[in-house]
Amino acid sequence: MSTSVEPRDPQATPEGEASQPTSVGRGGELVFSTISTVSGLSILAILAAVAFFLVLLAAPALTSDPADLPYGEFWQWVAPFAFGTVWAAVLALLMAVPVAIGIALFISHYAPRKLANGLGYIVDLLAAVPSVVFGLWGINALAPAVMPVYGWLNKAFGWFPPFAGGVSGTGRTMLTAAIVLAVMVLPIITALCREVFLQTPKLHEEASLALGATRWEMIKQAVFPFGMPGIISAAMLGLGRALGETMAVAMVLSPSDQISFELLTPNGPNTIAANIALNFPEAFGLGINQLIASGLVLFVITLAVNMAARAIIASRAEFSGAN
Amino acid sequence: MSKRIDIKNLDIYYGKFHAVKNVSMAIPARAVTAFIGSSGCGKSTVLRTLNRMHEVIPGAYCTGEVNLDGTNLYGKGVDAVAVRRMVGMVFQRPNPFPTMSIKENVLAGMKLNSKRISASRQDEIVEKALSGANLWNEVKDRLDKPGSGLSGGQQQRLCIARAIAVEPDVLLMDEPCSALDPISTLAIEDLIHELKEKFTVVIVTHNMQQAQRVSDQTAFFNLKAVGEPGELIEVGETEQIFTSPEHEDTERYITGQFG
Repeated sequence: MSTSVEPRDPQATPEGEASQPTSVGRGGELVFSTISTVSGLSILAILAAVAFFLVLLAAPALTSDPADLPYGEFWQWVAPFAFGTVWAAVLALLMAVPVAIGIALFISHYAPRKLANGLGYIVDLLAAVPSVVFGLWGINALAPAVMPVYGWLNKAFGWFPPFAGGVSGTGRTMLTAAIVLAVMVLPIITALCREVFLQTPKLHEEASLALGATRWEMIKQAVFPFGMPGIISAAMLGLGRALGETMAVAMVLSPSDQISFELLTPNGPNTIAANIALNFPEAFGLGINQLIASGLVLFVITLAVNMAARAIIASRAEFSGAN
Repeated sequence: MSKRIDIKNLDIYYGKFHAVKNVSMAIPARAVTAFIGSSGCGKSTVLRTLNRMHEVIPGAYCTGEVNLDGTNLYGKGVDAVAVRRMVGMVFQRPNPFPTMSIKENVLAGMKLNSKRISASRQDEIVEKALSGANLWNEVKDRLDKPGSGLSGGQQQRLCIARAIAVEPDVLLMDEPCSALDPISTLAIEDLIHELKEKFTVVIVTHNMQQAQRVSDQTAFFNLKAVGEPGELIEVGETEQIFTSPEHEDTERYITGQFG
């Protein structure tokens, strides 16, 4: 008891330095700040390492004589694939984002709690399906099933360029690949949108309802504006996955090597990732460098898309819900 | 525009929890009625039944009548959305829409009611509502700036402007000054005096001086014990409630002996 009467006296405690207020807890502080700093830097290091690898191995293909390249002049060769990559991913997003927002809204604002939880699990489960399974589903189930629809689209809306041309006999077209991609990116976009919608401040929802908004008007007035940066981020994550998706596209799409907007014909170009996967086993010499160089192009496209998304979000920062 | 409210045998529930028991009272038009009482006594709950915001909370419902100039807000076929367009509300914490400019905030309710409003009509409404909320002079040069950039007191007046822009019959205020500093509070109280010329105002407040300053009529709510439903103990002229209350609990509350 006598020691507790004078706790401020350093001599009263067994170890003098332990009672110095400045040194308390510093050990743990140092460990955690080091761990978090190293983790933060490691992501930069990994990105730099990937970029370095790509540039190093792509350089021979970019610098050597086009005549020596096994697949022909590089930019001419890669252009259709770059186009196919972006085209398939954009189509997938166009289909996936509205559906994802709809599901997320249903879960966050319309469904009874029990149903909402169950539905959330199912959506997350969809994210766990391997892409090769989606590929098999695309070939064996989706492609035959959509054939009659494609025929009808072509007949009814053939004047619209993407639906023009001679319909593919296998159903393994750009549109089918894009549908498979849309199903694959749906879970991540839905899950993120749901989280964002659930975080809409009650204050803003009530402000809107108290003005006499219906539920849908409240969602337009309070939920969407608040969640817009989140929706864009979610769409970009989905786009990133769609741009890089390899297996499903490689399996589903029966590709060409031309730039074509036609969705129902066999003229759809392959994507970069699928093209690499299909050709890499037989590639040798400069062919390997050329394929890796196309990977570098994909890397740059992905970076550019993400930076554009960041810029969009930043330009609205003043009006974001953050302040 | 200003309408009276008659509450008859109102019982309010959150699921199985009986929150407020058997409230009957009249709220006169063109006057300020204050609800006072300790926390959890149900005064905010009663306020939220007056524009059917209560039922936004899952499981919440009520029985009894709330008549707005004779029309029961809980009658058959009455649309809660339509009720809220007649009975506006200002919340405890200022809640302008953060993604909207000051002007868009004021017009938010109008845009729900009628899709197309001409630009000149919009400017008219914005100036009228902001002037009505004593905010016009402070913000007229920055109507396109975000509403969330204003000070707390200005934001609360912006919310009042947003509520009165749709010209409701009644304006409900749920502790509108509790998040504000004394100067901003004073500005809102001055505004309440002006608002009662046009609207029926009902205000929930924890501040008894505020109730005395702004209201014409005061209703005191209390609950017997935690877990029991809240009750309306006494309602009357503000002066009478604060000088010679009929009920012993009211006297003890206003003299600060409990609560």
